[in-house]
Amino acid sequence: MYAVFRKELADHISSMRFIILFLLVFLSAMFAIYIAIQTIRSVVGPTTEFIFLKLFTTSGENLPSFLFFLSLFIPIVGIALGFDAVNSERSSGNLSRLMSQPIYRDSVINGKFIAGLTVLGIMILGVVLIVAGLGLRIVGVPPNGEEVVRVLAFVAVSIVYGGFWMALAVLFSVFFKRTATSMLASLAVWIFFFFFLTVIVGAVANAVAPVDANSSIEMIVRNATLEGSLARISPCTLYGEAIVALLTPEVGSVNPTLLVLSSYSGRMANPLPLMDSLLLIWPQVVTIIALCAICFGTSYIRFMREEVRSI
Amino acid sequence: MGQPVVETTDLTKVYDGFTAVDKLNLRIDEGEMFGFLGANGAGKTTTLLMLLGLTEPTSGSVRVGGKDPTREPIEVKRLVGYLPERVGFYEDMTARQNLFYTAELNRIRRAEADERIASLLGTVGLSEVADHPVNTFSRGMKQRLGIADIWVKEPKLAFLDEPTTGIDPNGVDDILKLISDMGKKGITIIFCSHLLPQVQKLCSRVGILAKGQLVADGAIDRLGRDAAGAGRYRMEAEVDAAQPAIVDVIRRVEGVRDVEMTGNVLGITADKDLRGQISRAIIDSGALLVGMRVEEYSLERIYKRYSKEA
Repeated sequence: MYAVFRKELADHISSMRFIILFLLVFLSAMFAIYIAIQTIRSVVGPTTEFIFLKLFTTSGENLPSFLFFLSLFIPIVGIALGFDAVNSERSSGNLSRLMSQPIYRDSVINGKFIAGLTVLGIMILGVVLIVAGLGLRIVGVPPNGEEVVRVLAFVAVSIVYGGFWMALAVLFSVFFKRTATSMLASLAVWIFFFFFLTVIVGAVANAVAPVDANSSIEMIVRNATLEGSLARISPCTLYGEAIVALLTPEVGSVNPTLLVLSSYSGRMANPLPLMDSLLLIWPQVVTIIALCAICFGTSYIRFMREEVRSI
Repeated sequence: MGQPVVETTDLTKVYDGFTAVDKLNLRIDEGEMFGFLGANGAGKTTTLLMLLGLTEPTSGSVRVGGKDPTREPIEVKRLVGYLPERVGFYEDMTARQNLFYTAELNRIRRAEADERIASLLGTVGLSEVADHPVNTFSRGMKQRLGIADIWVKEPKLAFLDEPTTGIDPNGVDDILKLISDMGKKGITIIFCSHLLPQVQKLCSRVGILAKGQLVADGAIDRLGRDAAGAGRYRMEAEVDAAQPAIVDVIRRVEGVRDVEMTGNVLGITADKDLRGQISRAIIDSGALLVGMRVEEYSLERIYKRYSKEA
């Protein structure tokens, strides 16, 4: 497996694809830090804790934050690194040659996946470090220990999230013979979850528990709870909840019901301690890992039983 | 001969009701060059895939080097080099890098691999382009690289699936030479093809597959005699000016079964090689013998005969 891993890693890093993706992510990071620096003074008051984390979460008027960019690009990077993992080997005639070597079939998938994950990790960590470094230089507030841990946890969760999209893309690359099909299928899933699911979920929630200006608090809570639970079938939502909880400790919950209540009570929550934040996002992270495992397992089963023909 | 390295018993593969390979019993001994013939879709590739464990047999059993490819695929793949039809390489990598990757997958130590790859690239005539990316290679060069690729792991067996398809005549000669060198090194070779002259050049024994069944299996000359007509010899004699009477003269030679005359050429069927007796009979009759030969058992004829039978 190590041989596969090394080759794939070298392939990725020397590929045009990697350079384009890195530029894309890098430019968005630059853009985000620019926005953050422009606006950070207006959001930071004398009592603000975790100024350093604000670098990542601050958005300008109508302009998205670094977090938004990252949550947009991680799936794209994950898909881009995985969508042709198996079917490109097949269409180039390499698969039967590869499969006739004394290696287990799963080591091909494993090696490719781990190589992709490594690249993804390098990319995310690199971008986060660039933002952190520039921010440190410009804002001049060093992070405290807790902030460092939170940022690292954020990087880890992001890699897991990217891993899910890569596993999905690999799954499609096993199922579909053409690389274009597997890429489109992965992108379609992503677009569905990222753009459409919120709309659909909102519509469903409003149909089941309609709310208007005169609705009772129970109704509003019901609506929000339903919407929140339904939205959680999307890995995008799970990731969003996890990183918000990690990087904005003031948000005391990822529970949509409680969030609605707290916005009504107008209570300004105290920042959550690190361990509590981690506990809070644990279910989300585990769910993403589980989704990843499902994609992986399915790819395995399919790939193991498959007949490898050269044409 | 030696031990059987490949042995199949009632090997069968069924795809959605279509029987691609039907109760195949094959035995290939160590060091043999076995020509595996059949039209496209006769089941050659499917058989190879089952021998390699790249697809599972529907029923029947396979032994390659004494191992079951479905149960112990890794052991079998260690022994076997497989050159698939239309072999592909990583196009952006150089020839050397591609071979090196194969060596790495076979856990060959780096220093040893370096040496082996350099010498193999020389053998297949790719030394000069060893560090060029494969996407600059012609079809023939890729095929030769494919042969180097199976040689890297020093297999005991080599399965070659249509290794000469789509290659110009010079390229074909190069490849056939490489394959025959490989055979001389003691590697057992299964050579799949529908190009008969090539198989005839290389292989001592052939198996003919038609519609998934092995319709003939044996040495080329024996199959040829069977195909030509019940184990008989066919000879051709050419005379300067043939008289109809000469047919009777030859018929009287003991052992001759049949004579037919077309122009100055006499086609003779006999129980054994009677060239001596026949030539004397012709000369005694007063005619001049211009030439005589025993008809070779062309594989083409064998092949046509058996594939029609199926």
